[in-house]
Amino acid sequence: MIPKSFEYFEPKTLSEVVGFLKKHKENAKVLAGGHSLIPMMKLRLAAPQYIINLEPLRKSLSYIKVGGKSIRIGALVRHAEIEHSQILKRELPILPAAAEWIGDMQVRNMGTIGGSVAHSDPASDWPVVMLSLNAVFTLYSGKKRKVPASKFFIGPFTTAIKPYEVLTEIEIPRLPKRHGWSWKKFERKAGDFATVNVATLILPKDGHIGSASIAVGSVHYRPYRVTEGERLLKGAKPDLELVERVAESAASMAEPTSDLRGSAEYKRHVTKVFVKRSLIEAIERANLNLR
Amino acid sequence: MARRKSVRKTKAGSNALNEIPITVRVNGVEYKNTVQPRLLLIHYLRDVLGLTGSHIGCDTSNCGACTVLMKDVWGGEWRAVKSCTFYAFQANGKEILTIEGLARDGELHPLQKAFWEHHGLQCGYCTPGMIMAALGLLLMNPNPTVEEIRKGISGNLCRCTGYINIIKAIDAAAKEMSAKGVKV
Repeated sequence: MIPKSFEYFEPKTLSEVVGFLKKHKENAKVLAGGHSLIPMMKLRLAAPQYIINLEPLRKSLSYIKVGGKSIRIGALVRHAEIEHSQILKRELPILPAAAEWIGDMQVRNMGTIGGSVAHSDPASDWPVVMLSLNAVFTLYSGKKRKVPASKFFIGPFTTAIKPYEVLTEIEIPRLPKRHGWSWKKFERKAGDFATVNVATLILPKDGHIGSASIAVGSVHYRPYRVTEGERLLKGAKPDLELVERVAESAASMAEPTSDLRGSAEYKRHVTKVFVKRSLIEAIERANLNLR
Repeated sequence: MARRKSVRKTKAGSNALNEIPITVRVNGVEYKNTVQPRLLLIHYLRDVLGLTGSHIGCDTSNCGACTVLMKDVWGGEWRAVKSCTFYAFQANGKEILTIEGLARDGELHPLQKAFWEHHGLQCGYCTPGMIMAALGLLLMNPNPTVEEIRKGISGNLCRCTGYINIIKAIDAAAKEMSAKGVKV
């Protein structure tokens, strides 16, 4: 399959990218690793007139920096770099764990975290992880604008990024060393998009749950936080009955569509099952007793 | 080699190109070509350079038959990538290794030999991509467990073998490469 003809722009600076975008708006698309955009172009679901290649800016947009109160990840960092990052394995293990389940080895070698969140497929993995971690996205248009994950993912393939903005950085608040986490992705076959994916974080406090964050993806038009469930968990000593209630609350928020990956009813069921498994795993990793 | 044409700029002032000069090193040989922006790397390798060892299977980044190795993707090492989901211009300035570049001085690469000895192929269509993916895996993880091999080649489909002999072949090649200190 051959994409529709397009013209090519190779920027030397971020300002040139923004200048080009301001001039051509929706007619121009930025290309990072290309593992969302190229398949769309080959299927002719996307046919931009102009492609801006971000690769020449790799040096300035590809970094993982841990320091102060946050972890900062450049938009051009590839999934595989996160998967194999020793510092992230120590600092925020949910990131390498989630990266490992994206696509396959070859896809992870090329695809970028910035490209994935900017593309914002409702069945992709990073948006769910980012929402659970309260990530903040830096958008550049000559000046910087910061958008929290809760306001970034608007709908299927739709984010807060304006046509003249470029996503440059993802900032994730650091968590205390002792935290429980879990990444659960249910896929129909190896390397598939998720049927449901769940990110859970638990901050323990004196044998209780200090706070909890649960994000669910693929069963709604955008990833969502299990707000009611998180409220129930706050300050609680976890037990299986509570876990069950939180999982039920997560499933009741889902609005899945029936497709090849299952009926809406089935997906609602696996949402409950996977939230339960994720929550139990995170509670155990937080070294809390589950009664 | 295709003749080099002058680069045409499109509409006045747009600074966009509809032909891109690229320099690529494939299996140790440098090529300079002018390509259309929409030319995919797999088509560049097969149709422009005549290297038809890399195959087009699904053409949707699922099957891995088009897998080649590339330098400077991340972390400095050779990395396996799917050349059907890759524009030729993205390879500009990069080094590529295809199945044609594996054998040295008429001697098969340990992975090629192992696929032969362990009957790791039947129709052979997936084999070039399978071997390049396996090499990409072994460069990241020289002593993988069987489980890690299975996961490592999950981006490559084979419709003949049932994978068992492919996994045996990769396992055997990993051991030989480690013992002999073979890198690529």
